[in-house]
Amino acid sequence: MPRMTEGTAGGPSDQYDVLIVGAGHGGAQAAGALRLAKFEGSIALLGDEVELPYERPPLSKDYLSGAKPFERLLIHPDTFWSDRDISILSGRRVIAVDPVSHQVRCEDGGEIEYGHLVWAAGGSPRTMACSGHDLVGVHTVRTRADADRIRAELGTTSRVVVIGGGYIGLEAAAVLAQSGKAVTVLEAQNRVLARVAGEPLSRFYEREHQAHGVEIRLGVTVECIEECNSRVSGVRLSDGEVLACDMVIVGIGIVPAVEPLLSAGAEGTGGVEVDGQCRTSLPDVFAIGDCASHLNRYAGETLVRLESVQNAHDQATVVAKVLTGNEANYDVVPWFWSNQYDLRLQTVGLSTGYDETVVRGDPGTRRFSIVYLRKGQVIALDCVNATRDYVQGKRLVTDGLSVNPALLADTTVALKTLR
Amino acid sequence: MPKLGVTNREGETEIVDGESGLSTMEVIRQAGNDELLALCGGCCSCATCHVYVHGELADHLPPLSEDEDELLDSSEYRQPNSRLSCQLPFSEALDGLQVTIAPED
Repeated sequence: MPRMTEGTAGGPSDQYDVLIVGAGHGGAQAAGALRLAKFEGSIALLGDEVELPYERPPLSKDYLSGAKPFERLLIHPDTFWSDRDISILSGRRVIAVDPVSHQVRCEDGGEIEYGHLVWAAGGSPRTMACSGHDLVGVHTVRTRADADRIRAELGTTSRVVVIGGGYIGLEAAAVLAQSGKAVTVLEAQNRVLARVAGEPLSRFYEREHQAHGVEIRLGVTVECIEECNSRVSGVRLSDGEVLACDMVIVGIGIVPAVEPLLSAGAEGTGGVEVDGQCRTSLPDVFAIGDCASHLNRYAGETLVRLESVQNAHDQATVVAKVLTGNEANYDVVPWFWSNQYDLRLQTVGLSTGYDETVVRGDPGTRRFSIVYLRKGQVIALDCVNATRDYVQGKRLVTDGLSVNPALLADTTVALKTLR
Repeated sequence: MPKLGVTNREGETEIVDGESGLSTMEVIRQAGNDELLALCGGCCSCATCHVYVHGELADHLPPLSEDEDELLDSSEYRQPNSRLSCQLPFSEALDGLQVTIAPED
């Protein structure tokens, strides 16, 4: 590829016009989109992992199963970054931000000056607070290194307990069950996916996992993780029952990596707050992706953090536009996907706050959708092996249409015909 | 190595090496193209790897699946030769295929 632009930084430097902290989907897109928009200043992309930016979703799917090698997860080839004069600062972690001097300090003691800071640091997996949470054999799934550790142990693993029935936990459970492991999923709520989906979808996925030999335990809490020979040997539930296992996968959400920003005075609780241009309350500091709380009209104009590729990517695009002097406002309908077994779930909109669900099609056919309504308006769809509904339902969400539930439930009525 | 011709949105064409076993989307991405987003990574869950295919070889491509067809319908730039490049396994048989990156929706 031809060089897109002449950068101002000739090599490693401690000053960049744009410093991007976090080299995941959001950070990678911010850097690439800046160059695509002919931004000529210096850019550095700093991340705490050693790898070049890669896709995270396959870590709990095709990469975990071994279906895709790591090289196929790279968002861009290595030459992409050098061709565009984007400095990659890998294996580094920012621990403090000084908004007055426009500097960050790294764990290794290094200091880096920025003109604009784009915080795309994502989050770290929430860990169990109980004893045994850090035993050998207890894993989370957030990075390639996490997935590699799991894969390295699979040969000597026969029984796995997954703590948390969210998407990451269920995707990992599906891969492990298909590779012949005895898998038990523990969920504290009374159904899986309780925080992100309606009950019909939860029950469907519970049945699917059970049909693949996965044991689903609902309404259970973990007392501790037990040890034998300095490795995990089981999970003790609060009622005293012990589930023997050789591996534990913890999928109970993430803790947004925003402490350096909040310590520097940025507004935010949980995440860091940003406006429609992804600006934090600190001067010249933007935040995007999993860690950015923003007002989202698809969440009823409440502050939300969205943990998805779509959100990270589209917020990055907004920042690139703003930094190149273009108008931009983050207003994109959220979408998401999850692949488990041969089931492709596609989601559009945000179901949070729904007061009614309509099941469209028969879950027994493994092809159906759930339409979520709030005060009569369509706010989201979860579509299982039903791409047509996903595509055609998007407009119902973006237009906030009020549709007769009986029509939504009627599969002979195409969603695109609804007004 | 089989070759793929990639025309970007500026109208510039580049001939790139295509590794058999990869999808056409991955071949385009590995060549360093920054217009093709391919946000779902190639699992046919979005429509951000939309291309137009040209030439005789376009007849040798696998048929449209129902899902690909539906996802292409989500693009306002769909044409008769529209495909999702993640659904086109690249191979020696496609040596010389020409694709154009479709406009971003």
